[in-house]
Amino acid sequence: MERGISFTQAFWTLLVRDIKIAIRHRGDIFNPLLFFILVVTLFPLGVGPEPQMLSRIAPGVIWVAALLASMLSLERLFKADYSDGTLEQMLLSPQPLPIMVLAKVIAHWLLTGVPLIIIAPLLGLLLNLESGSYGALISTLALGTPVLSLLGAIGVALTVGLRKGGVLLSLLILPLYIPVLIFATSAIDAAGMNLPYDGQLAIIAAMLVGSLTLAPFAIGASLRVSTN
Amino acid sequence: MWKWLHPYADPQRAYQLSSKLLPWFSLLAISLIGIGTVWGLLFAPTDYQQGDSYRIIFIHVPAASMSMAAYMAMASAAFVGIVWQIKSADWMAAAIAPIGAVITFIALFTGAAWGKPMWGTWWVWDARLTSELVLLFLYLGVIALYASFEDKVLAARAAGILAIVGVINIPIIKYSVEWWSSLHQGSTIKITEKSAMPDSMLYPLLINILGFGLMIGALSLVRFKAEILARNSMRPWVRELAQAKGVK
Repeated sequence: MERGISFTQAFWTLLVRDIKIAIRHRGDIFNPLLFFILVVTLFPLGVGPEPQMLSRIAPGVIWVAALLASMLSLERLFKADYSDGTLEQMLLSPQPLPIMVLAKVIAHWLLTGVPLIIIAPLLGLLLNLESGSYGALISTLALGTPVLSLLGAIGVALTVGLRKGGVLLSLLILPLYIPVLIFATSAIDAAGMNLPYDGQLAIIAAMLVGSLTLAPFAIGASLRVSTN
Repeated sequence: MWKWLHPYADPQRAYQLSSKLLPWFSLLAISLIGIGTVWGLLFAPTDYQQGDSYRIIFIHVPAASMSMAAYMAMASAAFVGIVWQIKSADWMAAAIAPIGAVITFIALFTGAAWGKPMWGTWWVWDARLTSELVLLFLYLGVIALYASFEDKVLAARAAGILAIVGVINIPIIKYSVEWWSSLHQGSTIKITEKSAMPDSMLYPLLINILGFGLMIGALSLVRFKAEILARNSMRPWVRELAQAKGVK
């Protein structure tokens, strides 16, 4: 079968299409972000406003909120395309599926992950994060949130055909998120104590490279199962 | 080279083979676990540091190592099912998942019961314990995903993909005690060099590990047989089987 356009063209077309659609539904971008901010705001109210306590828990709180926001926003990743049949057309198209899902996941990360990274230092300020930790916070989020999107997309692809997929999704992907959480928070803690944290960053970067190369195939296989 | 394996992809042949293997697995498992447990709990010497409470090792270590082995077995079966499109392999993966979850829970529970007298706490958030807990969640995820599809062919495929993705956790559990400074002790049984425990403790432990492996094998076969019957209930051979059982 003739492919018509090159891999690069297919990738960019899909990326631009997804971004355009998201910009026309701005709620999809802002709701996860609002959720992220709200969850972080709940902690000072819940555990008390002592600055030492807040700066101790800040890395964990920001990261856990980022995990939850990423998971909630991911649920929409394939839903609309699945219900209006676009997804099936993508599966039928002669373009390789991993390239197309990679484009979709990257578009999703640009729209939900990047705003999260931009807003995170502000939340760090609210939680009285150690002044040395901001670099680590931003770099772990920059390396870690794409991993969350890629791993989460596997779970979303597996559950997209199910009606009650929401709760199941958290059961499937939160265990996979745990390693990222552990290394990211330990990097931020290390930075707060003026210790080197490039070891943890290297491990998160390794997770990013690994998931960037392998996850698109798993997502593609899962989509084929879900749409059947 | 692997031609002799092909006939067993057929559900009926797989069912007959499992029926033939099941008594052997069960007998060996019962006798090995019996010997290992009695030897370990009653006759093995008392530990000079931990006293008698170390004896939970004879349940804890077999359960923990088999929780990982069962996961690998499940993921391998799922891989075979996805690559070669063999349905029996998918059913086997689905059959192993709940057994693996239970054995992982046993490992966590016995570990907690052992941790209380030795470490002074039921639970610590260190690498070995956390990754084993993640293993339990992975098993539960696979079970939940398998249960939530109406079409069991799709269910097995989807759960299989999740099982294969989760394999990444197995080396993390295995090497967690070496990579991180952990409260959990390092491995005592070594394959290439001499183990760090006397033979009088080592042998009952090894017997129990083997016994647990065979027990999981036996339980998986029972569930596998049930799964074959459930998925092939419309086939003539299953109906004949049901009628033959009914007469007796």
